[in-house]
Amino acid sequence: ASPDPLITEVQPWASGLGDGVDAAPYGMPIEYEDDVVRRNVEWLTADTISSINFTPIHALDGTITPQGCAFERHHSGAIELKKEDYRLMINGMVDQPLVFTYADLERFPRENHVYFCECAANTGMEWAGAQLNGAQFTHGMIHNMEYTGVPLRTLLEEAGYDTAGKWVYVEGADASSNGRSIPMEKALDDVLVAFKANGEALRKEHGYPVRLVVPGWEGNMWVKWIRRIEVANAPVESREETSKYTDVLANGVARKWTWEMDAKSVVTSPSPQAPISHGKGPLVISGLAWSGRGAIKRVDVSVDGGKTWQTARLAKPGEKMALTRFYLDTEWNGEEMLLQSRAMDETGYVQPTKAQLREVRGLNSIYHNNCIQTWLVRANGEAENVEVS
Amino acid sequence: DTFGIGRAALPEEIAAWDKDVRPDGTGLPVGSGDVLTGEEVFADQCAVCHGDFAEGVGNWPKLAGGADTLADDDPLKTVGSYWPYLSTTWDYVNRSMPFGNAQSLSPDEVYAIVAYILYSNDLVDDEFVLSNETFSEVTLPNHDGFILDDRLETEHSKWVGEPCMENCKDEVEVTMRAMVLDVTPEEDEPEPEDALEEVEAPIAEVATLDPELVAAGEKVFKKCKACHQVGEGAKNKTGPILNGIVGQAAGGVEGFKYSKALQAKADEGLVWTEDTLAAFLAKPKAFMKGTKMSFSGLRKEKDLAAITAYLASVDD
Repeated sequence: ASPDPLITEVQPWASGLGDGVDAAPYGMPIEYEDDVVRRNVEWLTADTISSINFTPIHALDGTITPQGCAFERHHSGAIELKKEDYRLMINGMVDQPLVFTYADLERFPRENHVYFCECAANTGMEWAGAQLNGAQFTHGMIHNMEYTGVPLRTLLEEAGYDTAGKWVYVEGADASSNGRSIPMEKALDDVLVAFKANGEALRKEHGYPVRLVVPGWEGNMWVKWIRRIEVANAPVESREETSKYTDVLANGVARKWTWEMDAKSVVTSPSPQAPISHGKGPLVISGLAWSGRGAIKRVDVSVDGGKTWQTARLAKPGEKMALTRFYLDTEWNGEEMLLQSRAMDETGYVQPTKAQLREVRGLNSIYHNNCIQTWLVRANGEAENVEVS
Repeated sequence: DTFGIGRAALPEEIAAWDKDVRPDGTGLPVGSGDVLTGEEVFADQCAVCHGDFAEGVGNWPKLAGGADTLADDDPLKTVGSYWPYLSTTWDYVNRSMPFGNAQSLSPDEVYAIVAYILYSNDLVDDEFVLSNETFSEVTLPNHDGFILDDRLETEHSKWVGEPCMENCKDEVEVTMRAMVLDVTPEEDEPEPEDALEEVEAPIAEVATLDPELVAAGEKVFKKCKACHQVGEGAKNKTGPILNGIVGQAAGGVEGFKYSKALQAKADEGLVWTEDTLAAFLAKPKAFMKGTKMSFSGLRKEKDLAAITAYLASVDD
């Protein structure tokens, strides 16, 4: 073998100087990582204002999603709302309707929690068949961040909520007026009124300055730019909880109030956008698992399309309503693989196959597709989204 | 035990924000609107995206049709075929529409629009008047088409326990491949250097604009506002900024991602003059097959003259 000039010759970076400390007061990733970006699927929506894009999960590791590449979903665009102009109202069945400013919110005792936020439509394009070639597109309507905020319970207690009020209606400040009804039981349990994510202010596209965090429940309920919380004795039945985010079954009847995101997993590497480039030998198979009903307990991986399974290693024990990273440290013989992962959560629920889901729901649900995903990995290391018998 | 943080919300403030309407009509303001008025308001405010007959333009939502399709392969879910409550339609139109100009409609206009949507779905006749009083007379066809989430009974009870680890199936075959449909977005090719060559825009003729025509054009421009901004601080939205568009080379707004069709015309040297703009706006899809502008077109000559005069008045 000939010596590697990268080692034997003095390289420019080993002799010249790099950037000074103020080159980027707020840094962006180095240019060599410029493919790690959100992407959208243009044909999905009429325009990019009321639309969605996808987290590049195929290119990330660990579990925390950087804000700058965490998927966005807007119904009337990402608005610019200053902290100084921010107001949060609590009204309805309360002793005293209240208005809070941003500065007010910072004076309540606050908490930190890591939670995933998954759009109910994640994997929704795959109901009728394998369509999109890439984990980013099939499973990228998800992100996972550490949130800082005030429990919604604290604010409801501050206003003196009426215990006869079984619902809260939460509404955003943007033109879509996105609003959802949430049962009081959940509102008092773990819902957060959050203003920081991963240690810094929320990004504009994620609801700056304040959004709702509804752990384990579909992303549409995580109202951005939240401006109003109304305690009520009945749900509003808003557009987002009737005409959208309801799941049509094969017989035409639709399920509503399908809030929880069931246990799900996906192999992020290798995958269509992250092929194997090193040939046979040691191979790290990696992916993400999550459940809206609790912690992930176990993830199994199959390389033969589900004939046999091996239990993967969890990077850390699963945490409630948060992404869990799994690894299968294996040896690849260079042969074709049909790669799958299967998550189990603490309720004992096992992630179903596409066939199992279709048997119960038909093909028209759009939302809540948590089926086992299959990647066909060829001998050349390239991967493709397929379905198997 | 409270913290004493925050202040009392005033009645005027609650009234300004608490506008949601419940299925039983709670929250509806006094007002009314008939189908024929609704047809006019709809044509002005809604048809640009939803079509004159609520049939939808391009990828924008269809509001009418789809009766009895919910059990089909590809159900069409509209207000008539799917939405369970009329209150939802009223509430959504009132608080979230028109797209790009939300909360600009009067209660009477909302009643009229909703009456027209009901009419478009063959649910009322053309003499129907929707008001806070007649509201409860209307029951939408799919009112009983929903069940509460039953996943715990129908799915979870089956899918628990120790899963199979070995010999789980005899054979595995690939039954479907994403390649067959291949709708994955392609990465943009880097632009060749010469594509960045400056297109020399002709100097716009300095003509005196008729102020009345410009004022009329500003009204017509309401139809465009859902997607386009003009004036100081304008930003690219669904469509590009239109400041100084008359006399500009097509495809020239910085930071806007044009359709392939428009880019092709731009590469051929299309310049937006009052004439080319009028031709485009009369029938966008005919002038430029493949444009992503979903506008169906301005039918009246005087509207075309007005809009081009107005756009000519909006400087860079």
